[in-house]
Amino acid sequence: MTRAGLVRKSAYQDSVVLLALARDLRTSAGVREVAALMGTPANHDLLRQSGLLTVEAESAGPNDLVIVVEADSESHARAALARADELLEARQRRRRSTGRVLPRTMESALRQLPGANLALISVPGAWAAAEARKALRLGLHVMLFSDNVSVEDEVALKGLARDKGLLLMGPDCGTAYLGGAPLGFANVVPRGRVGLVAASGTGLQQVACLLAAGGEGISQAVGVGGRDMSRAVGGTMTLDALDALGADAATELVVVIGKPPAPEIERQVEDKLRALGKPAVVALLGGEVGVAPGEGKVRRVSTLEDAAAAALSALRRETWTARPFSGDGAAIRRRIAEARGTLTPGQRTVHGLYAGGTLAYEATLLLESLLGPVSGNLRPHGVGIHRVIDFGADEFTLGRAHPMIDPTSRIEAIAALAKDPRVAVLLLDIVLGHGAAADPAGDLAPALRAAREAARQDGRTLHVVASVIGTEGDPQGLAAQVAKLEDAGVWVLSSNAQAARAAAGIAGADP
Amino acid sequence: MIADLFARELRVINCGLEGFAQELEQLAVPVIHVEWSPPAGGDPRKAALLAALEDEDA
Repeated sequence: MTRAGLVRKSAYQDSVVLLALARDLRTSAGVREVAALMGTPANHDLLRQSGLLTVEAESAGPNDLVIVVEADSESHARAALARADELLEARQRRRRSTGRVLPRTMESALRQLPGANLALISVPGAWAAAEARKALRLGLHVMLFSDNVSVEDEVALKGLARDKGLLLMGPDCGTAYLGGAPLGFANVVPRGRVGLVAASGTGLQQVACLLAAGGEGISQAVGVGGRDMSRAVGGTMTLDALDALGADAATELVVVIGKPPAPEIERQVEDKLRALGKPAVVALLGGEVGVAPGEGKVRRVSTLEDAAAAALSALRRETWTARPFSGDGAAIRRRIAEARGTLTPGQRTVHGLYAGGTLAYEATLLLESLLGPVSGNLRPHGVGIHRVIDFGADEFTLGRAHPMIDPTSRIEAIAALAKDPRVAVLLLDIVLGHGAAADPAGDLAPALRAAREAARQDGRTLHVVASVIGTEGDPQGLAAQVAKLEDAGVWVLSSNAQAARAAAGIAGADP
Repeated sequence: MIADLFARELRVINCGLEGFAQELEQLAVPVIHVEWSPPAGGDPRKAALLAALEDEDA
């Protein structure tokens, strides 16, 4: 085994570029492990932990690119590093070929693109607030995709935004649609009559995709960040975005998505919604359901699917009642019963392996209501035998891209759970759209197939239930992704809520 | 002002993941990518001092 590395001084690369580079190098002959990262102190620690910290890497600073390769021979390691050089050179050549000189600051970018009105900021969290402040001072609205921004910075940034009449979406705003343009991780959906304000990216994506499946589109969709409706932040951007949707002629109905906020903020949001004079649906996961008290048409629902279904019904002027399964509910229940019949007496648990944080949270709530306590990183003190993991949480993404792009952490978990005789069902989300992996179902299908086969050889049937958050217009194509999963033996349902209910049903609940 | 953002053509300054700029370009949304790197050579202490100086200028 040989280890070799290279360091490129002052050659900052973003995490997605680094992931693509590492993936490519892993396919080089004889290569066992690859690290491609910037020389930050945190990354030095990661390299040290994985035994990949070379002498050169140790001297690298935060703006220096580090590549370390572990291979079965020195010639293979050297060939992989030569390949890295080649890929980085090709990248530089592509950039030069456009003939453009890219600006290095927000100010010079604004000079090059006069009339710019939005800054999309996705730099590492430690630097994100400073860039957002610069953008707001230049009079730009901000979509702050970066996470790891402190609540103090968030309050200060949103205060500055409000003073200037600007929108600050985020932090950790994964998805938005403005004037029909998708921003960040976003599915290809039609323009339409529904205006969305969402505290979460994947929650927004699920609702937008289900609206699209029902033939409706989005007028504007604003992500406000998971903490906006907290007491500390005070719902600043939710309330400002609702005012703007009220004035937006294209918006006929408003949907608000989030977790239950502080009671006084919830009241302010509902008062604001009533004042808009447009029908509204509020999905506060884990919150109250039914028609909100007081005058006006504000309906509260408990799942993302119900938010889309209630919105579609309101636009069609139909009455709406929540149902556990769409389509042929009887057939779904029969399939659940059949699957349950294949389990061994020891197979009792559901394991949710999630890329989307809000989807993981929604699944946790549904499994808790149907099966009892659930453990996992969203329930740090949870003691249940069932478990839901949000693989997009900070502890999994340090030095690694998000699981919507990088399937590694979920693949490792699937392989480990295949050996556990207590596991009855694996429950997953597959998120499509711009920004997501090119073939997320294809990335996971071999691992799922192998897991089912390993369980079968052990005398068990391991069930895999999933939902695909996507549309036919997405680069990955909804039908093609569903087909890949079904081919690997996965049962694909039409929403995350239905997938969670089906998984609970197989494990013995009555959904 | 937020209503203006909804009504006008979106023109984006992208600072961070370059893929977002490429996707907007493909959708014919006017976008410019900032070739960003951590300020002050990635030293958070120096960067904070620089930011404080900028704040005084602002």
